[in-house]
Amino acid sequence: MATVELKNIRKTYTSEEIIKGVDLSIESKEFVVFVGPSGCGKSTLLRMIAGLEDISSGDLLIDGRRVNDLAPAERGLAMVFQSYALYPHMNVYQNMEFGLKLAKTPEAERREKILAVAQTLQLENYLKHKPGQLSGGQRQRVAIGRAIVRNPKVFLFDEPLSNLDASLRGQMRVELATLHRRLGATTIYVTHDQIEAMTMADKIVVLQKGIVEQVGSPLELYDHPRNLFVAKFIGSPPMNFLPGTVIAASEEQVRVRLASGQEIAVAAGSAQDLVGAGVTLGVRPEHIRLGDSVENRGSGQVELVEYLGSAAHLHVRMQDGALLVIQTEGGVGVHADDAVTFSFPAERCHLFNSEGVALHRRSSGRMAA
Amino acid sequence: MSAVTTASQHHRKAAIGAGASGALMLAPAVFVLLVWSVVPLVLTLWYSFQNYNLVDPTLHGFAGVNNYWYLLSDPDFLQSLLNTAILVIGVLVISVGGGTLLAVLYDQEFVGRGVARVLVISPFFVMPTVSALLWKNLMLHPIYGVYSWMMRAVGLTPIDWLQRFPMLTVMMIVAWEWLPFAVLILLTAVQSLDAEQKEAALLDGAGPVARFFHIVLPHLSRAIAVVVMIETIYLLTIFAEIMVTTAGGPGVASTNLAYLIYSRALLQFDVGGASAGGVIAIVIANIAAAFLVRAVARHLEV
Ligand SMILES: Nc1ncnc2c1ncn2[C@@H]1O[C@H](COP(=O)(O)OP(=O)(O)OP(=O)(O)O)[C@@H](O)[C@H]1O
Ligand SMILES: [Mg+2]
Repeated sequence: MATVELKNIRKTYTSEEIIKGVDLSIESKEFVVFVGPSGCGKSTLLRMIAGLEDISSGDLLIDGRRVNDLAPAERGLAMVFQSYALYPHMNVYQNMEFGLKLAKTPEAERREKILAVAQTLQLENYLKHKPGQLSGGQRQRVAIGRAIVRNPKVFLFDEPLSNLDASLRGQMRVELATLHRRLGATTIYVTHDQIEAMTMADKIVVLQKGIVEQVGSPLELYDHPRNLFVAKFIGSPPMNFLPGTVIAASEEQVRVRLASGQEIAVAAGSAQDLVGAGVTLGVRPEHIRLGDSVENRGSGQVELVEYLGSAAHLHVRMQDGALLVIQTEGGVGVHADDAVTFSFPAERCHLFNSEGVALHRRSSGRMAA
Repeated sequence: MSAVTTASQHHRKAAIGAGASGALMLAPAVFVLLVWSVVPLVLTLWYSFQNYNLVDPTLHGFAGVNNYWYLLSDPDFLQSLLNTAILVIGVLVISVGGGTLLAVLYDQEFVGRGVARVLVISPFFVMPTVSALLWKNLMLHPIYGVYSWMMRAVGLTPIDWLQRFPMLTVMMIVAWEWLPFAVLILLTAVQSLDAEQKEAALLDGAGPVARFFHIVLPHLSRAIAVVVMIETIYLLTIFAEIMVTTAGGPGVASTNLAYLIYSRALLQFDVGGASAGGVIAIVIANIAAAFLVRAVARHLEV
């Protein structure tokens, strides 16, 4: 359908640079998700692509054509807003019809398109309703319908599900993913919900303070976060971080002594000169194994157990005072105040140097699993 | 002390049974209100059926519908009704039309917007008599007025607006006073329009004109209805501006109903005739109000 390319895109608001040179290329039919903390510039970047904000410098190409100076409507894209932004005085049919009418689509064709879209989105029975008479989920569908009828080359979504309750959000997530597969339109989706990012994206773009921290598939980001920021941001509950010092390093393995005195072997390659350097050990809660072991052993006292049904989160205080979250399957019979021992699987651990950059990991966790 | 006990007893009784004690408590306020509104109304009605002229005390007694008949068959009365309608509708068109455009304009970002907003609102705070005087003497005076001076400066003969087009001029003055009100209300309404809605329209391919008619205007419809209703109530009774500028003249060219009643009562001392005019004014105002309230209520429903 359409490719989108960002070349060194920048945005400056009165002397403050908000977007600091973003390079990104989005393939046709790709579902790209922008994630990042609040205020990192996700919406700004999306609005620049939409044409609602000027691009201070850099090039925006859609299908290889530079569109920096084109009006929003001429860029061939459609956007779904967080607040839905439906026209309140028009009914559902008229809301979807508005853009087509302005594009001078003949009446019969408009009708046909709208009815088809309404059917897809299960809105047939609500065509005569005003937005005020619809539920949040229905309004969201109308907003999506309004975007679809115009048959855009690119879909833009700015946190479209954040106003919905959890169960509806889950349902709409599935609907959106299904819709994307059916329509095959290039989609850019902004969210700060990392579940949405992980489940829907072909490609996740992690932004921080106007800079792209990492681009990759959900699993790439999960298995090989490039730095501390991405490691913290992707995954739920977030990765545990423990400070330590490198005591031996080889091509195969790095040995780290934690603040608590425990020694951990990590399957990461490193140059010799790292010995003695301070590093951060990162390990995901779901990768820590309960039970005694010889290698990479740790111990501590359980402070809190959160039961989620299928899993439980143990909040464990280690001897040196560091707090660790361990995810276990089901209720494992561990209670608050119990002493536990656990181990960090060498091939599942991440190491970050003092700048927060990840050391190359030898084997992917996925292959070992 | 006893008052306190009775009050608390009343309170207890009200909790058990009917709202009789509540009505009793309300009674003083209701009484004052009734006296306030009903007595003048009844008196006006009463006088409108009486022969009552301050300069001719010999003529008195029940007049039947003579006062009404006399008024309704008077061409001045019809002229004043027409003038009232022209004034109300003319000012509404100018202030709502201009107010909408200005509101949209003042919603845009431009340098000095804050100052400009204050300036555009300020005429509303000038007393009607004062603003009428300003226009009559400062602006439109055939010799000293700013307008006349400007016309002469470019070699044209100034028109004596108040003589040549009295109704139009009064209308302009009143519109000048009421435009700020419309701008004020409509500007707040424009500003409450969701920015994302405008952007959605932009993405839908709507240009400025389409956005104005399809997004902004429907959004403003409620506020416009409110402005129309409030202005109509005040515009039906415009008096000071006419009094100060044209005194209803020349002839009755700029006499509206309010001014006619005044001239009947206090220039011709015909209290009976003036009262009949007052009753008719009440009837007209109520008819207008009934229509307006309905129209507005329909808007407020959505
Ligand atoms: N019109 C503006 N003028 C000045 N600064 C702005 C403007 N709009 C946004 N910003 C700044 O740009 C930064 C990025 O804003 P943006 O809305 O893109 O964040 P976001 O990543 O979408 O955050 P959120 O997740 O909260 O929606 C913020 O720091 C904000 O203060
Ligand atoms: Mg945002």
